Amino acid sequence: MALAPAPPTGRFARTAHGVRKERAEAVAHLVFAAMAAAMVLPLLLIVGYLFWLAWPSLGPEFILDIPRRGMTEGGIWPAFVGTLYLVGISLLVSTPIGVLAAVYLNEYARANWFNRVVNLAVINLAGVPSIVHALFGLGAFVYAARFGYSILSAALTLAIMTLPVIIASTREALASVPMPFREACWNVGATRWQTIWAVVLPNSVSGILTGVILQVSRAAGETAPIMFTGAVFYKAVVRGDLFPYSLNDQCMALSMHLYTLATQVPNVKESLPYATAVVLLGSVLLVNAAAIALRVFLRGRKRW
Amino acid sequence: MSPDAPKDSARFPRPQRPRFAVALEHALEALIRLSGVSAILFVAAIFFFVLREAAPVLVRDEFSLAQFLFSSDWYPTSANNVRYGTLALTVGTFSVTALAMALAVPFGVGAAIYLSEFCVPRVRETLKVTIELLSAIPSVVWGFVGLTVMSKLIVDTTGAPVGVNILNGGIILALMSVPVIVSIGEDALKAVPDSYREAGIALGATRWQLVYRVLLPAARNGLLAAVLLGVGRAVGETMAVLMATGHAVHIPSSLLDSVRTLTANIAAELGEAPAGSDHYRVLFLTGTLLFLITFAVNLTADFVVRGIRRK
Repeated sequence: MALAPAPPTGRFARTAHGVRKERAEAVAHLVFAAMAAAMVLPLLLIVGYLFWLAWPSLGPEFILDIPRRGMTEGGIWPAFVGTLYLVGISLLVSTPIGVLAAVYLNEYARANWFNRVVNLAVINLAGVPSIVHALFGLGAFVYAARFGYSILSAALTLAIMTLPVIIASTREALASVPMPFREACWNVGATRWQTIWAVVLPNSVSGILTGVILQVSRAAGETAPIMFTGAVFYKAVVRGDLFPYSLNDQCMALSMHLYTLATQVPNVKESLPYATAVVLLGSVLLVNAAAIALRVFLRGRKRW
Repeated sequence: MSPDAPKDSARFPRPQRPRFAVALEHALEALIRLSGVSAILFVAAIFFFVLREAAPVLVRDEFSLAQFLFSSDWYPTSANNVRYGTLALTVGTFSVTALAMALAVPFGVGAAIYLSEFCVPRVRETLKVTIELLSAIPSVVWGFVGLTVMSKLIVDTTGAPVGVNILNGGIILALMSVPVIVSIGEDALKAVPDSYREAGIALGATRWQLVYRVLLPAARNGLLAAVLLGVGRAVGETMAVLMATGHAVHIPSSLLDSVRTLTANIAAELGEAPAGSDHYRVLFLTGTLLFLITFAVNLTADFVVRGIRRK
């Protein structure tokens, strides 16, 4: 948006008013740029500072080892695997429902009051505080459905939490498929579902995937919803064991582990909570960066 | 219908799909419709299950709704005089949220203006990626930053006795809600038709004049919605405020006082409240209250956004 006025010459010479205008413009530009920069800085500072303090504990051994000496030393393996379990199961549940819901909203729903209510429900579901999700998970899954404090309850709670965002991102991906694609398909006699399956979904699968990957990092970072539904402070597992939990077990989780180390465990080794924070933050940012890179790559390859 | 019609269809028989394929398609479409309305079901279920756990306490003699809403005495485990007043918690929530918004709104709107009006595309892409990453930082990590880095910083600069207080929580929450405000605010500015900008430029306006005389008034509703969504996020935030605002249940008198918010209170006490006890049910009632507050904020934001679209 190059809207800057051309340098004044000849009879369009600079007036006092024009100079004032330009000065105000320069000041505004600087102030807004500073405000934008003020958001980049904390990200870099925080990541850098955490990394700096975590350095003594970091390494592959830290991830693979189990917590030792009342969690004051050792690694984070049970929490790391627990987070993988929770994220995997919750996305296995929320992705199909979310994608189908987005297909309904984008491909089937007409603009009437009922679908207006559906849209409002999606928006409100996205706005429900995470602690209220925790209360819901406790009331519905732990007690009413009798799943108990378990990975299953926690993962289902997380699934409902990630659902509205998956719906929104999938919808955006579906909406970016041009209408003529669908019309061409309908014109050769395909039904609505055949069109969706053969034309709409293949052309939007990358966008859907990006949205789901972004939810991996969101689900991994959540603490409140799993605190009271299935995550525990400590659980003994074998070092490096890939399948230490079953669906009915309680588990440890990275986010919960960070909270525990930071607030509940006395005399913890100085760098341990920082290292846990760096592993959590690092995995979340890596997954996000991968999703963003995928999106940029696919946008470059788009043929329409 | 012309008399030839049956003959035509006899010559070109319509190909029939296998019956099971048709049945499968119907089943799939039913599933799609069911998933489509699932959001309504889940919102209703959340309200139902949270209220269901809370409801029995509403009819108890010891409990009064007026006390719950308007008293600042929160003594859930007192031996002889149990009181459940959430006023101090509500004040805590709103003081932290207000400070967060006072910091986040100018910066968020300013950054949105810079992104949409001032910067070149390459800078814009970089900034947008940064904002996306900023919004991906988990709330427990923010809380940890508040507890360690920020609290040390606050103690050193202000000389406050404790570093976990309203100021700390407000700054952390501001950093958390700025990405929401920027991305929605930028959408709102983008939605202003280019013809408005062209008209302004034709009159000789600089970009700054354009921004504050034309774009800000035109995008007012969208920016308001962005702020409301930021408020919704800040009110509902749990882990960060749990770790960064301290644990004092009282009505604060300065920015350097520790407070406890509605969300943090549930997170801190739910583990200790035996299931089915009055204390446990009052915490669920607090959850219902939070649900209603965020519901109202989000609905308002949506109506405000719809206001611009209709125009």
